[in-house]
Amino acid sequence: MGGGFDFAVLIRNAPFLWGGMVLTLQLTALAVTGGLALGLVLAVLRLSRIPFAPALVAGYVNFLRSMPLILAIFWFYTLIPKLTGQSVSSFYSVLIAFILFEAAYYSEIIRAGISSVRRGQIAAALALGLSNAQAMRYVVLPQAIRNMIPVLLTQSIVMLQDTSLVYVVGLRDFLTTADIVAGRDSRPVELYMFVALTFLVVCFSASRLVNRLRRRYAL
Amino acid sequence: MIELKNVSKWYGEFRVLDDCSMRIAKGEVVVICGPSGSGKSTLIKCMNGLEPFTRGEVTIDGISVGAPDTQLPRLRARIGMVFQNFELFPHMSAAANINLAQLKVLGRDRATAQAKTDELLARMGLADHATKFPAQLSGGQQQRVAIARALAMDPIAMLFDEPTSALDPEMITEVLDVMVGLADEGMTMAVVTHEMGFARKVAHRVVFMDEGAIIEDASTAAFFGTPRSERAQQFLSKILQH
Repeated sequence: MGGGFDFAVLIRNAPFLWGGMVLTLQLTALAVTGGLALGLVLAVLRLSRIPFAPALVAGYVNFLRSMPLILAIFWFYTLIPKLTGQSVSSFYSVLIAFILFEAAYYSEIIRAGISSVRRGQIAAALALGLSNAQAMRYVVLPQAIRNMIPVLLTQSIVMLQDTSLVYVVGLRDFLTTADIVAGRDSRPVELYMFVALTFLVVCFSASRLVNRLRRRYAL
Repeated sequence: MIELKNVSKWYGEFRVLDDCSMRIAKGEVVVICGPSGSGKSTLIKCMNGLEPFTRGEVTIDGISVGAPDTQLPRLRARIGMVFQNFELFPHMSAAANINLAQLKVLGRDRATAQAKTDELLARMGLADHATKFPAQLSGGQQQRVAIARALAMDPIAMLFDEPTSALDPEMITEVLDVMVGLADEGMTMAVVTHEMGFARKVAHRVVFMDEGAIIEDASTAAFFGTPRSERAQQFLSKILQH
């Protein structure tokens, strides 16, 4: 043991750490995809004139956004088995919590994106004889998506970081595997430095990407 | 061609349009003027159903705009509209703006649509600007692209909602020149504008509105000669002072 750094510990444990990274990336990808899909539905419902739909969605969004994510994770971990009478794997209970939680945030971003398109644009599209659906598809959504891409990506980076909370239900994400190795091999400094650097690289590249997209699509 | 019968519209308790009736015959150019908030823009937007109205009837070429079984998109495709703020689609080039409804609404093939677009851009003096995006064009150029976009649909009438109000003074002429050209070709036009010089030059009739009601509907000569209502006289003296 003794002093100095021993970065070989990373190489020795690379497969184990990689396993954690895979779980983190899987969770992020599935939660972002599911959250976006549900968020789009919620946003459209909130902007619709379907009776009670906007109020219900607003209630859902406000409720989930007022809740700490870790509470949502605990909640679904204990709630789903109670409701369904079946045990659900930690992975799926966490995934459901993430999707429902992220959808609340995404729906607000998407709603803001659609609302940011000037009403006159819809009038101009309709005046040309386009149907409501065509106006949405060719005129409103392309502009709305440009406006929301940077915020959606930022929210997804936050999501990636938030996956480290899954240790509370016993899942081994990237941070948790690193933590296990750190304890077992008594190399906390090396491991935590490695984790910090990895998150830095991933998040930095993602925000560079956001900036590039923002510049390219600046209107 | 365009006929409004006793059209009224309320926003809650507030009456925006008060029993408005007017007709625009084929080939006629009618200028609608009046103080701001008098309901001019609302009235012209009722003509293609962009604004729903509470009571009355609007017909275009015999087709009722307000009837529930009317195919509004099909009707709107035959009426061009030009807006105060141009409302070009900012994510598309000038040419793509003009192509869009030709392709998606009229079902023209790309070559036919593009030929029409090129012809219109040339006519607007914008042949060199086809691939530019709206943000790269001046206000006057944008408004001419918007006029081309409307004309590409081969409309039977054109509606202009304050087409020069958002323009810098030196760009107003280039847009008005295009509109005078259209009027000279016999296009049926309804124009909401404060440009009294344009009204005098090309309008057959002038409609004056105040507080949602049509106060005067007179031939251009009669309107500028001896407007009958006091409010129209006040409006004219204010607008023609300088």
